[in-house]
Formats: sequence, C-alpha cells, structure tokens
Amino acid sequence: MRALKTVILSAAVALGLGGSALASEGVKLPTQSWGHSGVFGTIDKASAQRGFQIYKEVCSACHSMKLVPIRTLTGIGFKDDELKALAATYEVQAGPNDNGEMFMRPGIPADRFPSPFANDNAARASNNGALPPDLSLVAKARVGGEDYLYAFLTGFEDSAPEGVNLMPGMNYNKYFPGHQVGMPNILQPDGVQYADGTKATVEQQAKDIATFLTFVAEPKLDERKQMGVKVILFLIVLAGLMYATKRQMWAKLH
Amino acid sequence: MAQAHASNFKNPVVKWIDSRLPIFTMLHHEYNEYPMPKNVNYLWAFGAIAGIMLVIMIATGLVLAMQYAANTAIAFDSVERIMRDVNYGWLLRYVHANGASFFFIAVYLHMFRGLYYGSYKAPREILWIIGVVIFLLMMATAFMGYVLPWGQMSFWGATVITNLFSAFPIVGDPIVTWLWGGFSVDNPTLNRFFALHFLLPFVILGVVILHTAALHICGSNNPLGIDPKGPQDTVPFNPYITVKDLFAVVVFLIVYAIFVFFMPNYMGHPDNYIPANPLVTPAHIVPEWYFLPFYAILRAIPDKLGGVLAMFGAIAVLVVLPWLDTSKVRSCKFRPIYRQFFWVLALDALVLGYAGAMPAEGHWLLIARIGTAYYFFHFLILLPVLGKLERPSPMPASISEPVLKGGGRVAAGAHAKPMEKA
Repeated sequence: MRALKTVILSAAVALGLGGSALASEGVKLPTQSWGHSGVFGTIDKASAQRGFQIYKEVCSACHSMKLVPIRTLTGIGFKDDELKALAATYEVQAGPNDNGEMFMRPGIPADRFPSPFANDNAARASNNGALPPDLSLVAKARVGGEDYLYAFLTGFEDSAPEGVNLMPGMNYNKYFPGHQVGMPNILQPDGVQYADGTKATVEQQAKDIATFLTFVAEPKLDERKQMGVKVILFLIVLAGLMYATKRQMWAKLH
Repeated sequence: MAQAHASNFKNPVVKWIDSRLPIFTMLHHEYNEYPMPKNVNYLWAFGAIAGIMLVIMIATGLVLAMQYAANTAIAFDSVERIMRDVNYGWLLRYVHANGASFFFIAVYLHMFRGLYYGSYKAPREILWIIGVVIFLLMMATAFMGYVLPWGQMSFWGATVITNLFSAFPIVGDPIVTWLWGGFSVDNPTLNRFFALHFLLPFVILGVVILHTAALHICGSNNPLGIDPKGPQDTVPFNPYITVKDLFAVVVFLIVYAIFVFFMPNYMGHPDNYIPANPLVTPAHIVPEWYFLPFYAILRAIPDKLGGVLAMFGAIAVLVVLPWLDTSKVRSCKFRPIYRQFFWVLALDALVLGYAGAMPAEGHWLLIARIGTAYYFFHFLILLPVLGKLERPSPMPASISEPVLKGGGRVAAGAHAKPMEKA
C-alpha cells in the first residue's frame, strides 16, 4: 500500500520533471553553461553586447527583430548617448508630412529595430522562398531555448549524410527539425572583429548570439530573478511565522 | 410592524447596519464560529488555496485586460508590449499564466481529496456537483484564456477544440460556424473568447459562493468521514482553521513563486511565442497540461464522435459519482480494497496525462486506450460493485476518540511549546 503510494508520488514527480522534455524529439541537444542560468544567474552583458554586434553585422541582413525597441539595449549596458548614436545609424520611415508624403528620418532609441524586408513576401523572394524568422522571441519560441540556438548555429554540416536527399538551395543542420534548412552556415571563424578583442571562434559567436537573443526575448530576466529571490525569502519567513502561530494556537486546544 | 434583525454586535455603527442587513452576523456565523471537524488535515486547505488563486487570477486578469487588445492583427504584439513596456507587465502576465496552472493544481488536489475521503457522499452530493460545475467553467475559461495571446498553439488549440463540436451529426457544423462567428477561427472568435474569458471568472465566483453555501449547510467532511457528534469534535473556523489554511496558502505560494520567477515558461509551449499562422500547422498540437488526461481520452477512441462523447463522459461520470459509489463508508481509511484502487486511479490520471502529451500512435495510443478503459471501469463498474462487496474496517465511534488516543503524542509536542516561547 505504502509502496504503491510511493511509486505513484514519485511517478508524479518524474512526469512533472520530464514534462519539458516531452516536446523535444529526435536529436538530443547538447547543453551549454550560461551566465543567466540558475537562480542567481544574470545576463552576461559583455557576451550579449558581442552578440548584438553579430546581430547587427550578420543576422540583421536577413532577420527582423521587430518587437524590440532599440532602447531595450540599456539592459546590456548601452549608455544614453551611445544608444542615440546607434539609433541614428538606422533609417526609419516616418510621416506622412504636411504634403502627405512618407519620408525617411534617422532613428531614435524609442524606435523598434527596422526590418530588412518590407514584408514576409519580400523576405521570401530574396531568400529562395524561405522566410527568415523574426528574432525578437526566438529564444523562447524554440524547444531547448538558448541551447537549441547554440546547437543550431554550430550544427551545420558541409554535406548531408549518406542517404539524405538534400533539396536544392537547402543546407544540412544536425539540430534543425527535419535537418534541411534554408539558412546557410553563416558563422565563420573570425567572421566578425569583436570590438572588445575576444577571439571570434564559431562557438564563441554562437554563444554570444544565443545570449543576446535570450536577453532580447526576455529583457526583464535579471529583474525577474532578483525580485524572485526577495519574494521567496519573504514567503519562507512568512511561512515560518505562520507555522509557529498555528502550532501555538493549536497547542492550546489540547 | 417591521422587525429589525436582533444583532449581537457592540459597535453602534456595526449594530445599526447589522440589524438592517445582517451581513456581519452572517460573516461571523460562516467564517468565525463555523464549526470545522478538529481532525481535518492539510489536504483540506486546497479549497481555500483555490479560492485565493481565483482572486489572484481575477486581480491580475483585470489589469492585463486594460493593456491587452483582442484583435488578431495586434493581439500578439499587445502581449509583448505588456511583457516589455508595461510597468511590471511581465510580472502580471507570468503570475496570470502560471496562476492558471496552479489554480488547476489546487483544484485537482481538492478533487482527489474529495475522492479519497468520500466528500461527495450524502448529504454532500449537491456540494460535489457544484464543484464539478466550477471545474467545467474553469476548463472553458482556461481554454479561452490560452487563445488570447494569439500564438501558434492558441490558434491551433482553438481550431482543434472548437472542431470537436463538428463531430455531432447534422447540428455539428452549424454549431462550429456559430462558435467561430465565421468559417474559421478568426477575429470574431478571438473577440468573443476575450469577452467570455472576462465574464466566466465572475460566473465561477458566483458558483464558488454557492459551493461555499452548500458546504456550510452540511459542514466539512474530515479524514475519518464520520460526522462530528458535538462541540468536542469541532473547532471554530477562526482562528484555528484560518491560521492553518494561511500557513498552507503561503507554502503553496512559495512553489507558485518558484515557477513565476525562475521558470515562468516551463508549463507553456514554445510554439505560443510564434504568432498565429493559419497556413502553418505545428508538428504536434498539444493543449495545456491540465487538459492532457482528457485529451488522451479524446484521442484514445478511434471514432471522432465517440472520442468527444468519451471526453465529456469522463467529466459526466463525476456528476453522477455520488450515486455510482454504493458504499456507505466515506473515508478510504476504512475501505481497505477501494483505497488501493484510489491510488490506481491517481496513477491512471497521470499516465493518461503523459499519454496525452505524446503523439497518438504506437504504444502511447495503446497506453491511452488502457488508461481510458480503466478510468471508466473504475467509476462505472468498480465503484458500484465494490461498495456492495467490500467489508469496511472497524470505525471509531467519534472524531474525538482517535484524536484523544493520538493526543498523547500531540500533548507531548505541546509540552515542548513553552521552551519555544522562551
């Protein structure tokens, strides 16, 4: 009886823990150690800044990030004047003006990152029919999150394994669902020149991008965890007081 | 002659109001002196916890509704605006989204507690049935709430679930068109789901009041399942049960906070962070975890209409449960055979939930079918038959008897008290 109960309760725990693994299928993702994982983990700002550099120089040629205002970058250490200067490098459509015409103006920090294509169809037309996904939430929109992003970016193979019929214009990736992906193997060793002098290996770049995209998808991550620690400490103390009160009250009863 | 209510309150203002509208007398009666069996354990706290969750959901939901826009063109972006630009919007949304899961956790534990201790038996049948009504309303509310962010799972979940009604012959398709307000899940669907998602929690609140009213007529059940014989068997609700419930609420909130602050998307599906796209179907359409056992039952039946009927039947058996269980003994404590089957049912519910998350093929389909068969066997055959055959173990004469027997140990604990105080 007691044994059966133990089996069921442990099954419940196991099922609960296994829950997140449910949706992942096929290949097992390698896991990386992230600055932002764990209870006290925070976004590695230097890494995220490097990731932003790659986004700006590489990813943004094809990928939009349209839900993210430029000012979000204050969260990884950009100063006000840096942000203004950065925003001004973008051209943003505004208007209509008094003559009813749309015009281009330099960006301001409140603008969202401009998209490389006017719409999805234009993006497909320029990318061999494939639609490069928006990156605003991609770290939360894939099973495995940042580990998946890292695995995907480092998971390209020069040629498909025997027996796999790669369709024209597609590339083989170990971790992409279905393995055939329109995106080419874009990260090259020293493909970017990091401003802070970090050596730009493919692994380093993948890690920096994944960190940056995690930040972009969840800009309040640090604030959330810091508040969480305080809330839970408060609740634990409150629970202790409640338990003591309860014990004392019920003791009078006997 | 008009006669005012004879109020016992000392405060003149309270007395003046109370003698005209005896709301203070009512509250005093229902929440101060309401007698609770003194032997209730912490499983009895899940009613209070579920009540707190309802309040949290209404409070956060109200504020979220002030920022959310129910239009397919901007719904997804408006949720992201809440996450990024609204002050503490991320907190409100994560509290609300995880709150739905924790509301269901509380209610499922509340229901299994009722099953274990026979809380559905006479005279608490209506209390139990009202509870099933709350459960149904919660399912409808949660389902429609999940559609609002207008992600991929929102859209495709809504499509799958509303399409279930098309299984009914003749009336099926018109019903689905009527539910959608068009010929597919689209803007009218989102609009009405938002309106109903806002309305239903208040309906739940009303039914919860009825649930409490019905409870306070019969009084609470207890782990022994025998009625209190007098004041020696009960304690006043306040402060004894209030303080015990509050402790349980805080412990529950700790677990809830761990999810909200450290794993807020654990119980969600990554696909719901992709905007709804009617042209791209996700590889697996999975409902939220709290629907999974029912989803497994739905898919276990090879026929569409049969599956829909089985799924609704799985809830319908709960309505008639008070009459399916023929045993006069409430608590599983005194039902040695049924007690084993209770745990089999609990395991069955977990297995069904797991199978519901897996693709409906191969051995998972077989497991879902066995699980479904057991679910209905348990309620429709086992419970009626077992009640006749089983020999209950001897029951104590009153609640105080075993409490006093065990009281030696409790008293020993109580002796330690002064040291704690010192």
